[in-house]
Amino acid sequence: MTEQLEAGTVTQQVKENGALGAPGGEVGKARRRKEDARLVTGRTQWTDNIQLPGLLHVAFLRSPMAHARITRVDTSPARTRPGVVAVFSGQDFAGEQGSLPCAWPVTPDTVIPDHPPMAVSEVRYVGEAVACVIATDRYKAADALEAIEIDYEPLEPVLDMNEALAEGSPKVHETGNESFTWKFAGGDIEAAFREAPVVIDRTYVQQRLIPSAMEPRAVVAQTDGDSFTLHTSTQIPHVLRVMLALTTGIPEHKLRVIAPDVGGGFGSKLQVTAEEVLCLLITRRLGKPVKWTEARSEGNLTVHHGRDQIQHIRVAADADGRVRGVQVKLLADMGAYLMLVTPGVPILGAFMYNGIYKMDAYDFTCTGVFTTKMPTDAYRGAGRPEATFAIERVMDELAAEIGVDPMEIRRRNWIRHHEFPYTTICGLTYDSGNYEAATDRALALFGYDKLRAEQSDRREREDPVQLGIGISTYTEMCGLAPSRVLGSLSYAAGGWEHADVRVLPTGKVEVVTGTSPHGQGHETAWSQIVADSLGVPFEDVAVLHGDTASSHKGMDTYGSRSLAVGGIAVVHACDKVKEKARQVAAHLMEASPDDVEFSEGRFRVRGTGTSQTIQEIALATFAAHNLPDGFEPRLDASATFDPESFSFPHGTHLCAVEVDTETGATAIRSYVAVDDVGNVVNPLIVEGQVHGGIAQGIAQALFEEAVYDSDGNLLTTTMADYLLPSAADLPSFTTDRTETPATTNPLGVKGVGEAGTIASTPAVVNAIVDALRPHGVHDVRMPCTPERVWRTLRSVEGESA
Amino acid sequence: MIPASFDYFRPSTLDEALEVFAGAGEEAKVLAGGQSLLPLLRLRLAYPTAMVDVGRVAELRGVADRGDHVHIGATTTHDEVVRSPIVREHCPLVALATATVADPAVRHRGTFGGSLAHADPAGDLPAVALALDMVFVVRSSTGDRTIPAADFFLDYLESALQPGEILTGVRVPKLGPGWGFHYEKFHRTAQAWATVGVAAAVRQTNGTVEEVRVGLTNMGPTPVRAAGVEAAARGVEAGRNGSLRQAAEQAAEGTDPPADLHAQPDYRKHLARVLTHRALVSASAHRSPQT
Repeated sequence: MTEQLEAGTVTQQVKENGALGAPGGEVGKARRRKEDARLVTGRTQWTDNIQLPGLLHVAFLRSPMAHARITRVDTSPARTRPGVVAVFSGQDFAGEQGSLPCAWPVTPDTVIPDHPPMAVSEVRYVGEAVACVIATDRYKAADALEAIEIDYEPLEPVLDMNEALAEGSPKVHETGNESFTWKFAGGDIEAAFREAPVVIDRTYVQQRLIPSAMEPRAVVAQTDGDSFTLHTSTQIPHVLRVMLALTTGIPEHKLRVIAPDVGGGFGSKLQVTAEEVLCLLITRRLGKPVKWTEARSEGNLTVHHGRDQIQHIRVAADADGRVRGVQVKLLADMGAYLMLVTPGVPILGAFMYNGIYKMDAYDFTCTGVFTTKMPTDAYRGAGRPEATFAIERVMDELAAEIGVDPMEIRRRNWIRHHEFPYTTICGLTYDSGNYEAATDRALALFGYDKLRAEQSDRREREDPVQLGIGISTYTEMCGLAPSRVLGSLSYAAGGWEHADVRVLPTGKVEVVTGTSPHGQGHETAWSQIVADSLGVPFEDVAVLHGDTASSHKGMDTYGSRSLAVGGIAVVHACDKVKEKARQVAAHLMEASPDDVEFSEGRFRVRGTGTSQTIQEIALATFAAHNLPDGFEPRLDASATFDPESFSFPHGTHLCAVEVDTETGATAIRSYVAVDDVGNVVNPLIVEGQVHGGIAQGIAQALFEEAVYDSDGNLLTTTMADYLLPSAADLPSFTTDRTETPATTNPLGVKGVGEAGTIASTPAVVNAIVDALRPHGVHDVRMPCTPERVWRTLRSVEGESA
Repeated sequence: MIPASFDYFRPSTLDEALEVFAGAGEEAKVLAGGQSLLPLLRLRLAYPTAMVDVGRVAELRGVADRGDHVHIGATTTHDEVVRSPIVREHCPLVALATATVADPAVRHRGTFGGSLAHADPAGDLPAVALALDMVFVVRSSTGDRTIPAADFFLDYLESALQPGEILTGVRVPKLGPGWGFHYEKFHRTAQAWATVGVAAAVRQTNGTVEEVRVGLTNMGPTPVRAAGVEAAARGVEAGRNGSLRQAAEQAAEGTDPPADLHAQPDYRKHLARVLTHRALVSASAHRSPQT
């Protein structure tokens, strides 16, 4: 109770500082999203909806081989098919296609293989583009693909990371199968393990996942002969523009990139894709507009994949369970090439394997491994879900080893609320947090003790359906990111964000943001922030985004950064607008600017009844008849914000799972999430993010897995094989929040885009293992399918027999 | 994905459909709800040269009580089957199993006859057809014929329908009083096909099992009738603690279940035994209200 009061006090302080506006203001209101009516009724522009005069359609022929040399290509039979305008193979683009970029060489000696957008002489994964047909409609393009003749000379596939690193393994690239080895350490790890009373040693497998955004990728490229416009379903129009300019040689100022409404990304559209580059090259060559929209099964093959790591984690602890040190050795599957941030994904997790716990030493090594599979890259959480999974799973193992309740082991090790700001063994300073408060709230909502009692009862009765309880007390680093930190990690770009606030003559406001929403609701949240800051009605704010012609500057949306970085840029721009307007207001009211106060959209001369609304100031500035001497006639302002630090949301997720020991089936009985994402701009949007995130994390725990066969063929190309849970497969989540504001930004916000996904996976698996621990089960590999649970039980029963 | 091109016909009467179908060549397919066929086309796993859409043929649709059996027209949608008072009263097992087919959107488009004619052993209805000894009514330009369920499912996605024949409906025999039913479906997500399914009908008198019918979903290239279970369950005590478990142990006998990403054959056999027991217990506990 005391702790919650303290959290409340900080919130109050932030409110008094003025960043959050007046009580009863827009920030904090569960506004319905202003973009939703447009999005859900389809009265909007998805890339695939775009029709242009003379639009041609592109279909890609994709490699059926995981690894092969291309020995012969004959595209001519396809050229005579009905409706076909052109057919190209990799050879046709070889002189101009360049290499798809990797912006994150994590070590100076990282091997970055040449990555042609269309394979020229060798293919290295099933699905790699080898040729394309451009035709007058989509159907004719698809039909003509079968007429292209390509001969392959098969090479050995490389599928298993351990085998890939072994002596004599076939090579994905001539340079070998290791891309890099990245190391990081803090404290004396040898001392921590020396004579440690308890050592836990586990290996976890983060299976490969396939991001499944509702809107498939789509590209429309066009040119007027001089400049180019690319509509694409992307999270990163700004980054993409720079990268495409560098890749294709089209000068940056001749290239406009537009992310129209985008239907989800989850990291999968944080990429410079082969298809984007190739569509630009095709339109450059033909002088005609072209469109490509991916089919779902094509997407499963060729959208970058996520996760795919083997985590070897060791924990040294005292007899009472106090953690002395954590050592992690990670193998990360890069796939066949390094894409935009492929090597950086596991490194983003490197600073999170300590979780919320205090320890004396930490040691981390990651080796990036090439295989003949689709490249991996960012997927919701990107490195941090993997890290959180490993530490939260292993804390349960530690609890079991020393025989205490898994919640107790966490209490003994976590950073206490009065210890913030706390600099972790990884050198990150967690600015604020209150793990006790979130946990107490979660335990109460969950009915922890009652469920534990039911668990013992079922164990005693030898009920075929056992009950397990899973805990995940997570934190994450988000708000990517301080540019200096990114630089120190060898990332090629910065992590600032930009906003322009334009005040129109009638007092309406346009906000141009460098973030690029693809489902997050920025139009609503940014409107709420601006409404409070400038005192204008919520409805009077329009948010422009995603078009490099109107929003020239930005770092886009990923890593839970939009609010914590982009939202702050909006706040700073609004502050500048207010300061300008104050000058005009003071001039018009014949007062000193120091005597002019601003609140709720009105400038008042202190101690008098004189006032002017911001709308009146806007009109006066537009007319410019009577402005202070030398005043530039505009209220518009820009701000570029570079955060000083990451933000650190945290929370406690509790999951109860029923495990049918006869069939191996699992059913989530209840799920409680208490998240602390700092101050909340829109609770409804936060709820949506948390619900979706939990679903996605549960999906990794129970359902999703990209499976390749021994020849390197992807077997999970359809949704019948690659299982995604729907609402019917998930329980109702109980969600709540504590609010411990971030101290590193004026809104006190932390970011919420990835929290649910990061937290939920270990909560579910911990619950399943907890249910089966009396049977001798210490782990179940993800996804914990019924068959896998059943086989795990059978194998331990076999051992005990 | 985009299907290869094909000719499309949409007749409005059965006679017209038969005529078009007969003239459309060997590679023509009948299109009903399209919920199984269209995915095959889009994945280019099937290349029919012509599609005869029977969706507008009124005489193929609807449920009728025909005395000793219920007639379900081939293009009656799953949703119509589930909601039909005649089906619910006289063939509750059909209603129970059909209600588990895919999701509401699919059930509003997919058809009863289409599902059966597709002859997918992972579909829920073929095992029910087998367990209930349904009779398939088929018409071609040369006339009508009937095919018992036991002779209808020949192999994976292969039925006894001959070129030019259209399934017009299915007769579901009324089993009479004293029966209880259950369809036990084990699947990984709500929309997924059954990993294994068990269609069970149990007739009992005073707690003793008199007669049992069990059809198994996805336990081989065709749906399977679990004859061993049916024989072993006769005369045993009904209920969870009776000898139904021993009878269910026979469930995997003679089956040849597939291996796929969701289950290997040995696991499917294990599931068949566990689920058959559960289905028998549930069926004997939920005796139908009919007298």
